[in-house]
Amino acid sequence: MSVPFLYALVGIGLFCLGFYALIVHNHLLRKILAINVMGSGVFLVLVALARRGGETPPDPVPHAMVITGIVVAVSATALALGLMLKVKAATGRAALPDQSRD
Amino acid sequence: MKWRHWLLLPLMLALAAGLGYTVLSLPDQAHGLQGAVADQLGKSGVSNPVTAVLLNFRGYDTLLEMVVLTLALLGVWSLGAQPAVHAESIPGPVLDMLTRLLVPILIMVAAYLLWAGAHAPGGAFQAGAVLGAAGVLLLLTGWRLPPRGAGYPLRVALVVGVVAFLAVAALPLPGGRHLLEYNPTYAGVLILIIEAFATVSIGVTLAVLFFGADPADKEPR
Amino acid sequence: MEAMTWLSWSFDAFIGLGLLWLAWRVLACSDLFKAIVLFIAFGLFMALVWVRLAAPDIALAEAAIGAGLTGALLMAALARLRED
Repeated sequence: MSVPFLYALVGIGLFCLGFYALIVHNHLLRKILAINVMGSGVFLVLVALARRGGETPPDPVPHAMVITGIVVAVSATALALGLMLKVKAATGRAALPDQSRD
Repeated sequence: MKWRHWLLLPLMLALAAGLGYTVLSLPDQAHGLQGAVADQLGKSGVSNPVTAVLLNFRGYDTLLEMVVLTLALLGVWSLGAQPAVHAESIPGPVLDMLTRLLVPILIMVAAYLLWAGAHAPGGAFQAGAVLGAAGVLLLLTGWRLPPRGAGYPLRVALVVGVVAFLAVAALPLPGGRHLLEYNPTYAGVLILIIEAFATVSIGVTLAVLFFGADPADKEPR
Repeated sequence: MEAMTWLSWSFDAFIGLGLLWLAWRVLACSDLFKAIVLFIAFGLFMALVWVRLAAPDIALAEAAIGAGLTGALLMAALARLRED
């Protein structure tokens, strides 16, 4: 397969890895790391598919969307980290409770 | 708990397979919008297609993104947390010397990226990120804004990007054109003005996001 | 030129597999500090991938924001988590 589709598959792999880690881990910081990895996967799919033009230059619209997406991701991460610290202050641990009753 | 994870694994593999099949069934060669952007690039005021898309063709998205950045800062401030770095931290010799060397260089690099964004890779977000990094370095060495600058002037610096963007976007309105429809002869200058204020705003916002609290609040420690 | 395209394709495959492996190490690491350091490395790897995909603007933004600033935010939050 050509290079764009190779990177698009890598992006899908990152998304699914991040999704699995998001569901499986209880610790909130790990969930935030997982969401960032998922976001990177999505950006990779977008930019890889923009490279399919062959000899022409890549499509600049997905590039602009991904730059916007990176900035939004960092602001969402900052807010999520603030919320995590508040959860720690309120409940004593920065993790979801163990679902050991069902 | 563990058996639930083993149940999740085949579902994830199925999701990956489905997404992979969808992506691989896309056409091998696809012409996106690069032709349309290249056609209109002369009227956009810049020669870097990504900057033209970010600041001119899809300027509305960029405007809203800067508002999102400010909103995230408002969210972090409203949580009322303590600052992430204590003011009495004493930097080690490496951090001290590195900050003294790097911060002026970072400011120069940010200014260059801002200017180069019109014709080469660069632009407001990259320059703002470099400024934010300089701010993070300064905060790590224990530097704090002087109290006179931490209230109103800080807030002005935070919103000046959005305000300048809105002002430039609203300029065509009295002439009967639409929002963000720049006059092609002045588009380059207008984009530079927007990017300059946006760089300052983004850099200050990122540094204050790292700081984690309102610098005007008294630290109780 | 066939060898050159095969070489560049294998380079891209190597980077892609390295990215997946690095992401798995970030998410499966038991020590949070090590996970964050690996995440910063992951961000820099992504910057390399953006250059391979002819997206230098995104590479600049990812290196500064995605790797640098997100890493700094995560480290500061980890230090606050551990200071009890």
